[in-house]
Amino acid sequence: MTRMTTSRIVHFLKGQPGKLLALALLACAALGHGGAARAGVLAEDRADALYHRYQGGGVEIQGPSVLVRKKIGENFAVNANYYMDFVTSASIDVKLSASEYKEQRTQKSLGFEYLHGKTTYTANVISSKESDYVADTATFGLSQDMFGDLTTISMGYRRGWNHVYRNIKDADGNKARDPTFAEQMDTRAYTVGISQILTRNMIASLNVEAITDQGYLNSPYRSVRYVEPGDPRGFALQREIYPRTHTSNATAGALKYYLPWRAAIEGYYRYYSDSWGVKASTVDLTYTHPAWRRWIFDGRLRYYTQDQADFYSDLFPRQNYANFLARDKELASYTGYTIGFGASYEFSIPWAPRWIQKSTLNARLDHILIDYDNFRDATKTDPGNGVLAGGEPLYKLNANVFQLFLSVWF
Amino acid sequence: MRIAKLVVLAGMVAAVSGCSIQPWVKPYEREHLADPIMAFDRDPVSSAYLDHVFDAREGARGATGGSGGGCGCN
Repeated sequence: MTRMTTSRIVHFLKGQPGKLLALALLACAALGHGGAARAGVLAEDRADALYHRYQGGGVEIQGPSVLVRKKIGENFAVNANYYMDFVTSASIDVKLSASEYKEQRTQKSLGFEYLHGKTTYTANVISSKESDYVADTATFGLSQDMFGDLTTISMGYRRGWNHVYRNIKDADGNKARDPTFAEQMDTRAYTVGISQILTRNMIASLNVEAITDQGYLNSPYRSVRYVEPGDPRGFALQREIYPRTHTSNATAGALKYYLPWRAAIEGYYRYYSDSWGVKASTVDLTYTHPAWRRWIFDGRLRYYTQDQADFYSDLFPRQNYANFLARDKELASYTGYTIGFGASYEFSIPWAPRWIQKSTLNARLDHILIDYDNFRDATKTDPGNGVLAGGEPLYKLNANVFQLFLSVWF
Repeated sequence: MRIAKLVVLAGMVAAVSGCSIQPWVKPYEREHLADPIMAFDRDPVSSAYLDHVFDAREGARGATGGSGGGCGCN
């Protein structure tokens, strides 16, 4: 029987160097990284309770986020997140073509991890609900430690099902869902990544993600503007029109280095391009500095720049100028700068139960400034004083992002 | 063909040796890398939120290491 099997294998491989190599690599995986390998470990048990607040550009969003992860034995872990946004928006888009609104979004997620040898399998389900947008997402992933745990490779798949609705005001002036409007949008995302220990003080990572969307991709509220000489402002509005597909590719690399005085510095770069013609670069620098035994401070500088989408314009020459029309400022050309500071304080409560191993209280503030190159503040059109359509000042966004959170390890 | 044979031979050598690429940073030399300040994502609850803030205000997306759900945030 064994001789017969061996003979079949030899016949199968005869003159097939590719197959032989594949078999060799499989053997390599089995010998070097399966049988003799030590098992990996799952992350620690931890609970976080966060309060977040974003304020800028006429928009205020705040709410809680609670994240808990717990191991079950040595091989299973479960995590759950409950997140809420309370939105009050009088953004520049809203001021131009709609009215101020309040909204609430609730997101729940549940995830599982299974560790087998050096391989970790993950699965997550995420559900997000707001009055005019319902999104369900499922993710699957696996990561594998190899080469003496110097290297971790990972890959993942994400699938999203989104339902887009539109709110209107009913006869009593209350918010109600428009019964004539219901659209769908589906998302598929594929990721691969590698994390590599380079030296005893340096680690690097590389991640690639391709995302493709299909369906209704624009906002059901936002409008584009076009030149209309008969209008007192010199422009009129029409609904934006987007393509029904969108495919993007992002590649990100990060390098983190441990400094001799117990501090860490991290550099991050991401290049992004998509089928709508948007190209973007992100550079992020972070410095982490522990001090006075119980404190950790973080400083961050982030730079972001992007070119506009092919079908974006701040002011189109006429109505229905092209097949696709967008005036979403996120599709304009602009540069963004972020400066952030964080502080973490480790403390212990004398009367706390024994199962609590460590607690930290953390605060973080990030300031975001975005300078738009071709998105103008259309609310400032004033032909009587010489401010014509297309000649308004360029828009700038200044926003503050505040986080306060408590973390407990148990 | 000679190159193909060499590749196969290299693969077999790797297989026989268990692909024993020796870790050039030994486990006992990873004290600094194990320090929590060296984690790429020290506080997942905070980084997931910040990723979401940027995602909703920028054209670019993806390759952040996280996997957020959808929202109508734009």
